[in-house]
Amino acid sequence: MTETTRDAFDQALDRRTIKGRSLYVDAWHRLLKNKAAVTALVVLFVMVLLVVVGPMLSQWDHEIPDWEHYSTPPSLETGHIFGTDAIGRDLFVRTMIGGQISLLVGLLATLVSLIIGVTYGAIAGYMGGRIDNVMMRFVDAVYAMPFMFFVILLMVVFGRNIFLIFIAIGAINWLDMARIVRGQTLSLKNKNFVEAARACGATEAQIIRRHIIPNLLGVVIVYVTLTIPQVILVESFLSFLGLGVQEPLTSWGALVNEGAQELETAPWSLMFPASFLAVTLFAFNFLGDGLRDALDPKDRL
Amino acid sequence: MRSPVLEVRDLQVHFRVDAGSFFRHDYHSIRAVDGISLDVYPAETLGIVGESGCGKSTLARALLGLQRARGGSIKWLGDEFVGASEEFLRKKRREIQIIFQDPSGSLDPRMTVGEIVAEPLKTFFPSMSKMQIRERVSGMLQMVGLRSDQLNRYPHEFSGGQCQRVGIARALVVNPRLVVCDEPVSALDVSIQAQIVNLLKDLQQKLQLSLIFIAHDLSVVRHVSDRVLVMYLGRVMELADRESIYHAPRHPYTRALIESVPIPDPVRERARARRSLQGDMPSPLNPPSGCVFRTRCPFAIDRCAAEVPELEMLEDGNRVACHRHRELPGEPWPESDEADEEVSPT
Repeated sequence: MTETTRDAFDQALDRRTIKGRSLYVDAWHRLLKNKAAVTALVVLFVMVLLVVVGPMLSQWDHEIPDWEHYSTPPSLETGHIFGTDAIGRDLFVRTMIGGQISLLVGLLATLVSLIIGVTYGAIAGYMGGRIDNVMMRFVDAVYAMPFMFFVILLMVVFGRNIFLIFIAIGAINWLDMARIVRGQTLSLKNKNFVEAARACGATEAQIIRRHIIPNLLGVVIVYVTLTIPQVILVESFLSFLGLGVQEPLTSWGALVNEGAQELETAPWSLMFPASFLAVTLFAFNFLGDGLRDALDPKDRL
Repeated sequence: MRSPVLEVRDLQVHFRVDAGSFFRHDYHSIRAVDGISLDVYPAETLGIVGESGCGKSTLARALLGLQRARGGSIKWLGDEFVGASEEFLRKKRREIQIIFQDPSGSLDPRMTVGEIVAEPLKTFFPSMSKMQIRERVSGMLQMVGLRSDQLNRYPHEFSGGQCQRVGIARALVVNPRLVVCDEPVSALDVSIQAQIVNLLKDLQQKLQLSLIFIAHDLSVVRHVSDRVLVMYLGRVMELADRESIYHAPRHPYTRALIESVPIPDPVRERARARRSLQGDMPSPLNPPSGCVFRTRCPFAIDRCAAEVPELEMLEDGNRVACHRHRELPGEPWPESDEADEEVSPT
């Protein structure tokens, strides 16, 4: 072997510092290979961009009717590309504003359920024994309450309020999250590395923060992407019942409700919000499936 | 005579299990560790051997205070561990560290190797700066035979042997005085086992460590230990220096264990008289009366069922718990009556 090749070998082998690939980086690479998930990611990105920027670009406002066009079909001439509703408001702007509200409800309510659920579940699972028993029986008890009845009561007592919807939906969804996290914690806490951390002098709080929660993240991320569409649907259902957001604000659910009433005379007022809702839900579900496959490839090989 | 760093006297660890139905509790206790006494001297290695399920790992965990003892005493340099507060035990764990059996399972998959080795430093020395920690960690990794540029890698990128080196680095980074090795090599390939065992021996010399080396493989224990403790069903059967254990075992159980070590030569292995133990270990829920080994001991007499043998101190300083230890060592092992043991190649 000549000196030059040996040098080349040296350079190739260990003259470089090696950066490790964490499990998350690995998962990200696997996710990028999944076409459905990447498409879903792009769709969601475009959707968010459209919903945020759309109303600014349009000449119309979501509250003020266009007095010259009531219930007109989509047309480029009038400038109402999605048409107008029964009282002359531009449907494009209203769909975008509705999208803002729907996505916001989805994200915030999921965030609420995430924070409560992960903390609650991790504590119950990690502490075990009697504490676990009491905490999980409380979850069972709340589970047994009829959710819709609960929301309707809240609306009646406190009045209709967008923040109340976040809280109500979050307050129900954290139950599932807590159960999932508790189960996962139960299996994690018997792992050797938790014992090792204890031998390293870590306190219980440090163990939960440094070892339990980071290892829960995979499962939690998947569950979050599947919870967001679920929450959007619940909000749509509430709005459909007339319990959701209040006029002149709107959401996809409320728009679908209005559209459904004029289905025969103005089908476009149902079509546009409904297809935006459906596409978003599809995208979230595909993304969730993709994430699940990417984060635990062992189960699916 | 040097004074021991660790003195364990009559240690008992029991687990409570509920064998009752849904409506009625019926508690029993499993005596995982039942009256163990041992001493560990500075810079020596104490080997602990025994079958699976005899309480070795429970003993290891109890020594670190990871498992609460029910009775007895663990004295570490004069401090009593049994009944001490969690806070106190946590501080003392800097001086006693542990290496686990499952090399990759004991490393958090979400942390880099550097973070894993730095964790004990962060908990025990909160005032250390990032630079100091980094230096210490990379020095430690080099000491166990890893390159310091592997600091940013994750456990799944390493082989089992390398993971065990990381485990060793984590245990040694805080400068402990005693390291409990809970079957550190039984999950590894034989060729890697030798590397890890030799690494542990080197480090012990360099750092003047005391080691407690737990294994079910007698040949490994023989290689590292100064003294060997033989455990059966949570009790000490024999505690003797290495040469006595292997050349003049006094307890029938020790003899059976040594006989069961395979000889790496098929001709001699086949020709050798089989003296394996019959049956399984009795349940620790309901241990036999008298000597716990009597149900499988070919030399058992009536006295063995009636009286619990004391762990007797002999003239040479070794200890054995057997009523018949003076008469037995010369006696041949009774032939086993199991017919299926010799499988002829025809």
